[in-house]
Amino acid sequence: MTKDAILGAIRRGLKRGPLPADQQAMLAGRLATHPRHLIPARSRLPRPDQVALFIRNVEKEFGTVERVPDLAAVPVALSEYLAAQNLPPRFALAPHPEFEAVPWASRPLLEFERRRAQPTDQVSVQHGWAGIAETGTLMLPSSPHRPTTLNLLAETEVVVLRASTIVGAYEEAWDRLRAESQDERSGGFMPRNIMFVTGPSRSADIEQTLELGAHGPRRLHVILVDDDPAALPPGDAVAPPRTAEPGGLAPPGD
Amino acid sequence: MVAITSPAFKENAARALADPGLQKALGTAKGAFLQRRAAAVANLPEFEQLRNIGRDIKNHTLANLDFYLEAYEAKVKAAGGQVHWCSTADDARAAVLEICRKAGARTVTKGKSMISEELGINAHLEAHGIRPVETDLGEYILQLRQEHPSHIIAPAFHLNREDWEADFRRLHTDLPPDRVFAERRDILAEARGKLREKFLAADVGITGANFLIAETGSSVIVTNEGNGDLTQTLPRVHIALASIEKLVPTLEDATNMLRLLARSATGQDFSVYTTFSTGARRPDDLDGPEEYHVVLVDNGRSNMIGTEFQEMLRCIRCAACMNHCPVYGAVGGHAYGWVYPGPMGSVLTPSLVGIDKTAMLPNASTFCGKCESVCPVKIPLPKLMRHWREREFERHLTPATQRTNLGLWGFLARRPTAYRWATRAAIGALGLFGRGRGVFRSLPLAGGWTRGRDLPAPEPGGTFMARYAKVRGARR
Repeated sequence: MTKDAILGAIRRGLKRGPLPADQQAMLAGRLATHPRHLIPARSRLPRPDQVALFIRNVEKEFGTVERVPDLAAVPVALSEYLAAQNLPPRFALAPHPEFEAVPWASRPLLEFERRRAQPTDQVSVQHGWAGIAETGTLMLPSSPHRPTTLNLLAETEVVVLRASTIVGAYEEAWDRLRAESQDERSGGFMPRNIMFVTGPSRSADIEQTLELGAHGPRRLHVILVDDDPAALPPGDAVAPPRTAEPGGLAPPGD
Repeated sequence: MVAITSPAFKENAARALADPGLQKALGTAKGAFLQRRAAAVANLPEFEQLRNIGRDIKNHTLANLDFYLEAYEAKVKAAGGQVHWCSTADDARAAVLEICRKAGARTVTKGKSMISEELGINAHLEAHGIRPVETDLGEYILQLRQEHPSHIIAPAFHLNREDWEADFRRLHTDLPPDRVFAERRDILAEARGKLREKFLAADVGITGANFLIAETGSSVIVTNEGNGDLTQTLPRVHIALASIEKLVPTLEDATNMLRLLARSATGQDFSVYTTFSTGARRPDDLDGPEEYHVVLVDNGRSNMIGTEFQEMLRCIRCAACMNHCPVYGAVGGHAYGWVYPGPMGSVLTPSLVGIDKTAMLPNASTFCGKCESVCPVKIPLPKLMRHWREREFERHLTPATQRTNLGLWGFLARRPTAYRWATRAAIGALGLFGRGRGVFRSLPLAGGWTRGRDLPAPEPGGTFMARYAKVRGARR
């Protein structure tokens, strides 16, 4: 069998047979405990600075960010953004339970369908699972509530992200995923797909010169919902956050 | 496999040096990568430590590769995927074709993959009536031009904007012939439109993999365009092509490698899309492929384990070595004559296709050491090239005149008195003939050297050793 031939050739090269049981157990232990390596210090910051670093990094990579006080403010922010970009107020919306609580009717001109993206969509609105401050990266695990195509097909992708889900380093996001996610198929925690998105699509294939909007979205806009009082900029920190719609702030999940 | 022209490296290089279009493209591109990488590295104080960790992770994985491969396979299966083990390029081509046939595929979209180039997947599919469509912008134009990549992360490194415009006009005949490409963006927009149709029509999507993860059974791709993600998300079947050394144990290990990869490659802190795929579509998912296959390829890698070339298997294909190589910068990637150019190719290609056909490659180096100094996993590329030169010499592949001259030099180098006497005589003679003019315009046996520059005539005062002895004498 090919597999045995390949494993046999590797073992011959390593001048040994299959690993003895104790060494196998040691390696299995390394897989189970997945020790962290050195994490760059740049994201180890007080909460407000961590969120500010996230925003700065998104903008550095040609994304845009708008902070809103709560989920109730999302429809206004979204319709104003679309109007400013000269885009129609029509979009495919992630069928995420958290978006049920958003008062979409407050902006009656907004038209949307809760579904995966279609090739004809100009705008998609995705649910952000986590933000990684280290590089301004959005983490978007696939699920029935967060279809992957919403990250890819439309020319404009808007991601609604809660500030409480911003972490410093990737490792913190992995640990949260391990703790919260349960994949029925594999019995593990990995969903079918996780996209880490840092800015809009681009290519430098023509004369090594950067152009935005290759095959994926040309614009990436983050609506950042300030649901984390500790993450507000120092000036705002004392002011209580404006009230959210009832049920608007479920604990982070999926 | 792709035809090899490495034996003709000298002729390839001469042609490349005389090609004004290529020289222009190399001139445009060279500086950009260097500056961006330097800026990204300067911005991360821990970079040097991350390199050491990256080297150690890869060494640990290679030392236990059999264990981790089996652990990886079990996780892929648990997530509803399949692993196809392939010893040779033939096995891998057959496996890919078989999956495509079972899927009833007529067109196949492809993300950028160097292993696909190595295996010659496109030609094999075409020969069996299946149309492969490259979707990375650079790969797309190369497919139109029927060329191979000249760089492992910027495949169209050798082309200028004029080439893009001319080819698009020549081949996109359904579009108005008098359309204007005012900016690079217009070229990009045309390719986006053309490829969008292909993404939607494809039955199978084939991508490479930057990493495989044993802990979770995931494959990882890293792109900026989003073409790889469209390729693996829209069709009914996803095939990930990966060689066995892409494996790392855990997500934390992969994370360390990712911190190194984009910075070393394009000088970005992180690529736009870093995507982890684990198995096939879940029952309630609204999108994603229904089948997920990993074609796991050896094709000569396992033979490198336990040899002095094992260190080459740490390579994460960032291209920093070729971006910083003066030889690559002068002749471009095609001159190397096979899939992998630059310093990493000069070590890997002989391992995969044999030193007999590739002996020129490890000689195509100035040994300046820049490649090793920028390698994110600290592969000692000059040392490994030197090992290939030794093998070449042992196997009598070195040309006869070179062997004779090396033999003569070796004879003298082992006899210091004779060596000093010979150099004193040579310098004396050169000084005698050349002192009037100060330089030599040409010299017998050194025409290749003096064609491009003058050799200064030696100043009076004797050899270095003679001067050194005098200075030491004076100090005492």
